[in-house]
Amino acid sequence: METKSIMIVGVGGQGSLLASRILGNVLLQQGYEVKLSEVHGMSQRGGSVVTYVKYGDAVHSPTIEKGEADIIISFELLEAARWAGCLKPGGSIVTSTQTLDPMPVITGAASYPQEIVAKLKGMQLDVTAVDALALAEQAGSAKASNVVLMGVVSKKMEIDETVWQKALEQCVPSKFLDMNKTAFALGRAVL
Amino acid sequence: MKKLMLGNEAFARGLFEAGCRFASSYPGTPSTEITEEVAKFNEVYAEWAPNEKVALEAALGASLAGARSFAAMKHVGLNVAADPLYTAAYTGVNGGLVIAVADDPGMHSSQNEQDSRHHAIASKVPMLEPADSQECKDFAALAFSLSEEFDTPVIVRTSTRVAHSQSAVELCERQEQPLRPYVKNPAKYVMMPSNAKGRHVVVEERNEKLIAYAETAAINRMEDYGAEIGVITCGAAYQYAKDALGDQANYLKIGMTNPLPKQLFVDFAAKCKTLYIIEELDGILEAHCKALGIACKGKEIFGCIGELNQAIIAEKLLGRTLTATPYPEQLPVRPPVMCAGCPHRGVFYLLAKHKITVSGDIGCYTLGAAAPLAAMDWTICMGASVSALHGYNKVLGADSEQKSVAVIGDSTFMHSGITGLVNISYNASNTTVIILDNSITGMTGHQQNPTTGKNLKGDPAAKVCLEDLCRAVGIRRVRVADPYHLAEMEQAITEELAVNEPSVIISRRPCALLKHVKHNAPLAIDAEKCRSCKMCLKLGCPAISMKNGKACIDHTQCVGCGICKELCKFDAIGQ
Repeated sequence: METKSIMIVGVGGQGSLLASRILGNVLLQQGYEVKLSEVHGMSQRGGSVVTYVKYGDAVHSPTIEKGEADIIISFELLEAARWAGCLKPGGSIVTSTQTLDPMPVITGAASYPQEIVAKLKGMQLDVTAVDALALAEQAGSAKASNVVLMGVVSKKMEIDETVWQKALEQCVPSKFLDMNKTAFALGRAVL
Repeated sequence: MKKLMLGNEAFARGLFEAGCRFASSYPGTPSTEITEEVAKFNEVYAEWAPNEKVALEAALGASLAGARSFAAMKHVGLNVAADPLYTAAYTGVNGGLVIAVADDPGMHSSQNEQDSRHHAIASKVPMLEPADSQECKDFAALAFSLSEEFDTPVIVRTSTRVAHSQSAVELCERQEQPLRPYVKNPAKYVMMPSNAKGRHVVVEERNEKLIAYAETAAINRMEDYGAEIGVITCGAAYQYAKDALGDQANYLKIGMTNPLPKQLFVDFAAKCKTLYIIEELDGILEAHCKALGIACKGKEIFGCIGELNQAIIAEKLLGRTLTATPYPEQLPVRPPVMCAGCPHRGVFYLLAKHKITVSGDIGCYTLGAAAPLAAMDWTICMGASVSALHGYNKVLGADSEQKSVAVIGDSTFMHSGITGLVNISYNASNTTVIILDNSITGMTGHQQNPTTGKNLKGDPAAKVCLEDLCRAVGIRRVRVADPYHLAEMEQAITEELAVNEPSVIISRRPCALLKHVKHNAPLAIDAEKCRSCKMCLKLGCPAISMKNGKACIDHTQCVGCGICKELCKFDAIGQ
């Protein structure tokens, strides 16, 4: 199989590392060669962060460049816009509608872009915008937004739900498992 | 089944499997997780040392005692450990000694983009370079064998995309290694001139033997696809090249980047019509080719700045670009910021307010340089805040002394700030140092240090008292202030700047991200009372922004630190 590329983007501290671990676990269970690339350190402090997930028969580079991504999972709207240019023509983007003002917006040096979802659709992309934060809070914690989005994405990938459930069991600490399973189910129900 | 592992985690697994008994490191992105992971094995003693020089010296001592030993650091950490490295190259080892150094092309989390291969060349120490997680594991184990076979420390160099990428790894059992008895041998281990002269000869002879090894080493691997293009590459650049060129090129993948083989390069070049050298940062493989008289192209195409990737290689060598639709408008950038509730914020707000010259250092608090606080004048390297401000003040005298401070974190102060403070005391500059004590090593992801009272395994440990330490080096004015209480901190700063002697202010409040730190309820803004003066926005808190013309606090981020409440003149901020 040709290599497939998924990007998980958001703001440092939003939980992209757990999301990439769940996804990596799912893909490894499917027997693919998998590579993930994360960035730790300074950019995790509230900066724009991106995690790359690649899978297929043989994966070389762990990074994803412009025009290579099949799917983008975004925890924040502005970050969805920032990375959308990495998608292949007609690629899929699943984004939370949560907005977090970056410092240039807070200081008044820039303004938060408007109508991002409409503009993404204008790029001829397959756009799914979800209020993941509300669904996560419904499940029990705002921190579970990442797992809500994984639930949505699981509908975009042809992988059996039991595989995802197994990945959740292996990646999420047991005391948070039930809450995260609820978050995942709420995400799956969106599509 | 194979396990998906971070390069650093696989590296630790390789150390464990190879019978490593001792690890001493100082945290540094992207090397940190190697030591955190190896500490999880009970068979390996692992510790955080105060700095990389101490770590490498401790590992060298453990090697002399006969154990397979290890030290990890980031690229700039190897500069700190360069002193023991260059002489350990002369003494050689007893038990195998492996040093991990993690470079950061693209500077995701570093102050420079140095290429650590230069240290391997200059110290004449062999260097291995893995390109994925499996190789991290395998090369860590191989490094121990080579270290003992050739009687030398061995460096294993990774980079961000190897250290922080995950790929599948096959796990093996640990091979226990008996301690090699220590035998007193001053001619080998006491590096005074008379002995060192003899050892330099050994180093040069060893280097020749290592070159011979490199000619046939399995980790210097040729991949022949019968193509006209040849690529010589190493580390992450190999993955990018394979991605871009596939079987349209032949590859010579160099797994041992110092010393380099000669005949192997000549033989590979003879098979290719056009030869490209694809390596990140400096043109070291390329210079080697050119010294051998091999025609090739490298840095003239790719440059030596930042990371490479498959798109750059495909475009430059094949003229291939992918179609992608750009987002239709310019977007605001999102630089990293101090977290909501960060105890450093209040200090930097006050330093900015009083227009104080700030000598900065390495850690989360370097973010105090960013807008809107913008309260930093220079940042060089670990510890330099303290020592550089002393020099600055010696030249400018009282004019500067009453308007400048050095800021340094607790871990960085233990790493190399203390020696600068000794200099301030000994050579009498009226310098003010603020130790930002957040009770943890923050930026690298919460590692313990000598001031936290816990060791790497989280067990109770001796705790360096910063107040006593500062007094012991001769600083008479040492005071502690809480950065969540702006008035208290402001008084401390103004008083200590005014006095005519050196002083230390310890800004003490644990990192808001620490699990044991109890947060207050999030604050909210009463829109009726808010006059939109934007005073609270001057804090640069990511939880506060303007919504519909009024300040607004994001309850998912706010931890109730209360600094904004202290600043608000209209009492608009409350629970």
